[in-house]
Amino acid sequence: MLLITCPYCGARPESEFRCGGEAHIARPPQPGNVDDTAWADYLFYRTNPKGVHAERWLHAHGCQRWFNMLRDTASDQVIGIYAMGKSRPDRPKT
Amino acid sequence: MRYSILSVLSQALQGNTGWKPVWRDAELKPAYDIVIVGGGGHGLATAFYLAKEHGLTNVAVLEKGWLGSGNVGRNTTIIRSNYLLPGNIPFYEWSMKLWEGLEQDLNYNAMVSQRGVLNLYHSDVQRDAYARRGNAMRLHGVDADLLDREQVKALVPYLDFDNARFPIQGGLMQRRGGTVRHDAVAWGYARAADQRGVDIVQNCEVTGIRLEGGRVVGLDTAKGFVRAGKVGLACAGNSSRVAALAGLRLPIESHVLQAFVSEGIKPLIDTVITFGAGHFYISQSDKGGLVFGGDIDGYNSYAQRGNLPAVEDVCESGMALMPMIGRLRLLRSWGGLMDMSMDGSPIIDKTPIEGLYLNAGWCYGGFKATPASGWCFAHTIARDEPHTLNAAYRLDRFATGHLIDEKGAGAQPNLH
Repeated sequence: MLLITCPYCGARPESEFRCGGEAHIARPPQPGNVDDTAWADYLFYRTNPKGVHAERWLHAHGCQRWFNMLRDTASDQVIGIYAMGKSRPDRPKT
Repeated sequence: MRYSILSVLSQALQGNTGWKPVWRDAELKPAYDIVIVGGGGHGLATAFYLAKEHGLTNVAVLEKGWLGSGNVGRNTTIIRSNYLLPGNIPFYEWSMKLWEGLEQDLNYNAMVSQRGVLNLYHSDVQRDAYARRGNAMRLHGVDADLLDREQVKALVPYLDFDNARFPIQGGLMQRRGGTVRHDAVAWGYARAADQRGVDIVQNCEVTGIRLEGGRVVGLDTAKGFVRAGKVGLACAGNSSRVAALAGLRLPIESHVLQAFVSEGIKPLIDTVITFGAGHFYISQSDKGGLVFGGDIDGYNSYAQRGNLPAVEDVCESGMALMPMIGRLRLLRSWGGLMDMSMDGSPIIDKTPIEGLYLNAGWCYGGFKATPASGWCFAHTIARDEPHTLNAAYRLDRFATGHLIDEKGAGAQPNLH
């Protein structure tokens, strides 16, 4: 069981949450202007790393708010939690 | 050595002292025509069919761990071809036909047992959907029988037919479906490929894919560089990582799926039963343990072990279907890595890199596909073009919009 610290509710068991997949995937601002390959990359292609993964989580059976999480996919260890809209903390700001 | 009743009898007389290792532990040569990355069921089957169907024997299979240490030894051993969509049915039916002749093909006992696969339905809507599926199967020459409640009751009387929330109304039966001894599939393919001259190299992780001018020229491995004319990737679970060595990004997420086995009991379940109201499938192994599984855990993971919420969910589904298993003790549970493709269907195709071929995205349906996957992948590599059976499993379908949404649930790995 993962113990996940919701930034709004505190530490709660994994079963209250739902994973929303990879974080920081930006929707092309003008979908009509991108080709099929770029649109497919946005919709379907994923980084899928073995190691630190930035992903979105929803506190579905709680406050129903979204947040971002850094987790190691090899060990399932939670590394950090940060708010939606913030950039990835382990990457330099651009 | 060819296995036969005579070989068994003569070994019995010699006190079983003359059995030889089933395959050579080959040393890596400096160059091959074709190198297959991944010594699981699909990789070994590919090597076997390259040799058998196309006469290509200057082939190596590289395996990072020991042979069959991945998903071929971690699944629930079910085979079936009860698919709905035109891109899927002929492929999976070809797989079923290869299963039916597999043991003769390989001269190896893989314990193929066509004990039937029964998918239960619990509502009028689900019955109609199964009738449609059964009709689609029969139109493609696959066997399917729509059973009503009394017919199901005669087969498996111990289910909870009068469940208050999900009463069992009937089921769709594919009698040619069943189970196969999964490790024997890996061993049988390895032995048959080895006998035809294929080198199977274990403990040989691939650490790099070398390209020159947009073409693959070889692989860096734990045992040094190996030159390769063509490279086939058959490492589902880790496809994204291996493809990334060649700079490819894939429409795949790796998730963990757990499977379970109970303590051994006397013969109880003589078929494969799937619960239509939850995600749960169960059969009984020849050792007597009940083998069952359910959903993926729900988040990307390479951990090869699952978490307790999924265990609880699977066991609850089992209890809703067969309340009597509540008194059984769980013997073991384990996790395997699933290549969850975005539309729930696999990829067997060429890649944008010349000489590099991809076999990936099997979600949790890879085991039943093992023979046809190897057969089609071998064809794709040898002829440099897909066979009609795997023509729909293209890598570029995510850009062209030709997704294969078998379950009708949408294109997200957490939906199928």
